[in-house]
Order: sequence, then structure tokens, then C-alpha cells
Amino acid sequence: MNFEEYAAKSMVLTPAGISVPRGRLCISAAEAAMAAANIGPCVVKAQVPTGKRGKAGGIKLAARPEEAKQAASQILGMRIGDYKVERVLVEEQAAIAREFYVAVLHDSAARKPLILFSTEGGMDIEEIAAAKPSAIRRLLVDIESKPSPADIAGMLKGLHLGDAEVQIVSVIDRLYTAFRRCDAELLEINPLALLEDNRVVALDCKFVLDDGAIYRQPDLAKSAAASALTPLEMRGVEAGLKLIQLDGNVGVLANGAGLTMTTMDVIRHYGGKPANFLEIGGEAYTKSEIALDLVLSNPGVKSLVINFCGAFARTDVMADGVVKAWHKLKPKVPVFFSIHGTGEEEAVKLVRDELGIEPYDFMEDAIQAAVKAAQ
Amino acid sequence: MIVRKNNRVVVLGITGKQGTFWTEKMIAYGTNVVAGVNPKRAGEDHVGVPIFATPAEAVAKTGGDVAVMFIPPPMAKDAAVSTVQAGIKLLVVLTEHIPAQDVMAMHAAAAKHGTRIVGPNTAGLVTPGECFVGIMPAFVPSVFRAGRIGVISRSGSLGTLVCLNLTRAGIGQSAFIGIGGDPMLGTTTRDALEALDEDSRTDAVVIVGEIGGAMEEEAAVYAKKMAKPMAAFIAGAAAPPGKKMGHAGAIVTGNAGSYASKRKALEAAGVTVVDTPSQIAAAVAAALQSGRSKVAATQ
Repeated sequence: MNFEEYAAKSMVLTPAGISVPRGRLCISAAEAAMAAANIGPCVVKAQVPTGKRGKAGGIKLAARPEEAKQAASQILGMRIGDYKVERVLVEEQAAIAREFYVAVLHDSAARKPLILFSTEGGMDIEEIAAAKPSAIRRLLVDIESKPSPADIAGMLKGLHLGDAEVQIVSVIDRLYTAFRRCDAELLEINPLALLEDNRVVALDCKFVLDDGAIYRQPDLAKSAAASALTPLEMRGVEAGLKLIQLDGNVGVLANGAGLTMTTMDVIRHYGGKPANFLEIGGEAYTKSEIALDLVLSNPGVKSLVINFCGAFARTDVMADGVVKAWHKLKPKVPVFFSIHGTGEEEAVKLVRDELGIEPYDFMEDAIQAAVKAAQ
Repeated sequence: MIVRKNNRVVVLGITGKQGTFWTEKMIAYGTNVVAGVNPKRAGEDHVGVPIFATPAEAVAKTGGDVAVMFIPPPMAKDAAVSTVQAGIKLLVVLTEHIPAQDVMAMHAAAAKHGTRIVGPNTAGLVTPGECFVGIMPAFVPSVFRAGRIGVISRSGSLGTLVCLNLTRAGIGQSAFIGIGGDPMLGTTTRDALEALDEDSRTDAVVIVGEIGGAMEEEAAVYAKKMAKPMAAFIAGAAAPPGKKMGHAGAIVTGNAGSYASKRKALEAAGVTVVDTPSQIAAAVAAALQSGRSKVAATQ
């Protein structure tokens, strides 16, 4: 789950005791002008959960309220990536002496939290890694403990941070605590700024909440950014199914993430284009009825592949759901089946007897037929 | 991580619907299930298996060395950690959607106590004709057949399809190792490859990978040194970047985790990478053939 900058700062950094510039969230240009009148020289920042806001023109400086008003009216309504800007953050300008990068994230290979720090703030970490890899300091943390101030200071050794070092150690310590408390997948401050008045302040913040932890972070989850979903994908969310709408015309209904991806791959291999990703694996295998409705509701679909290979997911249960939905929906596009694994005999019999369709023995043949039918 | 008939298996969450269904399947197939765990039903029998209050008691009373968890995500960490502390050798974690920081805590405990974790989010382990641990259709004769090919898979459904294709071509399997679809796994592709390389009952290995992470690239480094022939299929060539494709681990960000990178690394290591799953059987047969002729040529 992604968060906008304002939510990340107010829900994660501020409660952790990390300083952020004074700011106000605004939904109109008039509101931005009022905020600027109160704050003084300010930055007007588009609130969307994606990077490259500055490059897209979503961040503007304003010295006076009327400039803030103009900036906000330009930024509000703008599209950045997949998102439409509906809010701006009006924040006091900072007199920056130095910029740093700091983040806590998962190191999948080490299976541990990883703290990153760099004196090259303001750039993406990928850019820093490419341009100046030696500028990145790393500290792997034992999840059962937490890094001591000495561990953190050790990571920063030789970076000549001067008087700011004590404050930076404290920010990293607090950031790690917030990472743990908030079940963060990524918690990044970029840039972390040393101001000319010697304060250390988080100018931007990126927070990604671990999807697996949503159940125990209800307050945070409520403040998450709305996903850029199509109406059909929203219906998927409501049904508890992971649906990604694509621009092709061969619909996909398969069980398990691996088999679903493979079905898409093979569609492309035979020169077709998949219309969606939709998996009904795991516990969701009982949802084939609503799943069929979803894939057929995609206006781009010209043919459909139903590819079941049951391990945990029972193909007889999935086929039963499909048959039930079929009688209600009466699909107008040709549908091609391949069914194997747990419950195979009953599932094939159901499809054969109830729908009068003979499943293909190889998924490749079902897919080839579907690609041909969609052309 | 290759399960055998003489392994003594403890089932956590044995009394639930899925725990009951799959424990019966495991026992019928030949798995030596010695204990179940459920604090509320300790002292009872369930599907003919004695139930204990804690993993420690189950291990102490029955000598269990392998455990499998049918436990929902909020309770998974505590169940895993207490099982690891009970001294289990191998822990199979089927649960999907465990909070990542809980997964890290499980792995930290396992490292401390010398336990191997398989998973999370794995479909389990199958030794065809002998036993299985998890939620795989080991008992469907069209899917699994005893033989000499090892299969490693991040996905249960796709792993099932690949085994089905091998079996249909008359190629049996020595072991199926489901490593799981999560980003932080106890057993990586490389770990599984090493185990199958050392296994005297395995002649060749099939790797079923997918986009995301760097496990296939890491396995390729080991594969370079291997004498046993290998074939692979990588899922996700058509997946759009930046989107999680169902599995939490299956996401391409920038160049990291891409299909092209994985395919290139495996091919450079001498692994035959096929375009569709039905090509895997022919690729294995050809790799075995050329492997034999290489051996013959050097003799």
C-alpha cells in the first residue's frame, strides 16, 4: 500500500519525532493561497503516490500567496504517472545546507531490515547507486534487536557529517523504530536536509505499508493513497480478487499466480495479447463464479482461456463455479478450457456435460485456439 | 529438503478444514504423520493422529523432525518460532500473506536453531511414490510419477503443470521442491538446486522460476559448476512492470527481477530455457541425451 507524502509525514514521521517543515494539505488554489499567507515563502507539491513529481512539473516554489494560488491551480488536476492530482501540500521553504538520503527497507536476500544512508540526497537511490555507489552506506539489522546509536554512528563513519551527525543518528534510530511500528516495506526520507540554521528536517517521505500487515495497521491503511485502479479492477478488489486489466483481447482465468502469468506468456508466445491478469489461487479458488463474471465484463475480451491446474485449488470446485456463472452470464465470446490436477475427472465431466465443451489436453492448444478466435 | 518415508511429520493446525483434508491425503499417500498440534484438543486423536498442546511436546513425545503449518497469517510467526525452538529440522510454511517483518523473525529464529524453513507461501514437497508434505496433488497419477528428475518451483499451480507434462512424456520425478512465492524464502532456488545436485536419485533438474528477485540469477552461478543437465521455464515474460503478479515476490522494478535477466543468466550457465511449459519434457530428454553422450565421450 502506497502513501502520499503528506500522509507519510503526518502518520509516520511526526509521531516518531522526526521534524518536517510546517505545511498544510489543500484541495483548491484558494486554499493554497490562504495557506501561503500563513506560512510565507513556500513549496507547492502535488500529492500523488509516485516518484518523479518534480520532473513532471508537480512541485513549484511560491514566494507570495498569489504565486501559490497560481502554482496550485496549475498542479491540481494534472496527471502524474497513473494518478490525477487532487491535493497539494503547501509547505514552508527551507534554507538547505546539505541533503542526505536515508531509508529502511527489506533486504530479501538477507531476510533482514536494511538501513541505507547516503550523502547524495535528492537523487533516486538507483541514480546514486549508478553514479556513486561508494556514497551508499548499508546496515543490516537483526529483527529481534534494534541498531544501537554506536551501530548507526559506525555506519556513518568517515562521512564528515560534523555537528549534524548526532541529529542524523537520532533520525535514523527513530526511522527504524517507525519502520517496525508501522510494518513498513519501505520508509524513505529523500532528501533529509541539514538546514542553514542547523536543524535536520525531512523534506520528503515515501512510505509503503506491507500488504500482509494491513490487517494489524487499520489506522494507517485508512490513510493510504487510493490506487489507480480501473472500475473493473475495483470490482476485483471488492470481490477479494487480484485483477489487473491489460490492453489485449484474450481473457485469462487461471488458478495460482505462476499458472496465470504463464497463461499470459503463452498467449503472447502465439502472437496474441492477454486482456487481464486474474488469479483465483490459494483460498480464492472458491471464487470462480465471480471471477468469470469479471473477466467477461472486460469490454476488450474477444475470447477466453480457462486454465486450471489444481494443487491446493480443487478443479472440480472451480469448474462448478464456472458452470454456475455460465448459466447466468451466457458468454458471447468463445471459451477454451484446459483442466488438470486435483479434482480433474469431475471437473472435465462437468464442463463436458453442462457446457458441451471438450477441454484441451494441453494448455498450449487451448491458448492457440483462443488467440486465433480473438483475431 | 527432500522428504522421505522415514521422516516423522508434525502437522500444525491439523484440526482445521484444510489441515484435516491434506493430512488424510498425506497419510494415504505414505507420509509418516506422527503428531498434530492444537492446544485446545490436546490428548485427543484426529484422523488417527495424536494431538499435542505444543510443538515442543509433539516433538519430544514422537520424535518429529519435519513440521508443516496450516496456520493463518496472524498466528504464523508464533507457531513457526515455537516449532523452530522445539528443535524441528525442517519446517514447511504453506501460509501466504504473512507480514514481512514476521517472516524475518521466523527466519532469524530458524537461523539461530539450525532449522531449514521451506516457504513461506509454498505448496510443499513431494517425493513421488514415497510421501509428500503440503498441498500438492501427489496422489493424482497423471501429475506425479516416480523417476529421476528433480523439479524446483516457486509456484504450486505451475509446478503441478510442469510435473504433469513430464509425467505425460513418461519422465518421472525424484523430488518436487516447492520453494514458495514470497520474496523472503527460507530455501532459495540455489539451495534446492544444490540439494538435487547432491541427491543420488536425481539425474537432471527442472527449474520453474518466475519474475521478481534474483534467485534464478543466483542459482545460475551454482548451475555453471553442475554436471547434471538442467532445463527451465520462467513465468512472467508478458507481465507488465511495476505490478505484483499475485505472488508478493513476483514484481519487476526497473531492470531488477526481469524475465530477460533470468533467462540470460540461466542460458549462460548452460540451462535450456523453454518458451512454453509443454516444451519442458523434450528439453529434459534432450539434455539427458546430450549429458550422456558427453559422459560417453570423456570415457
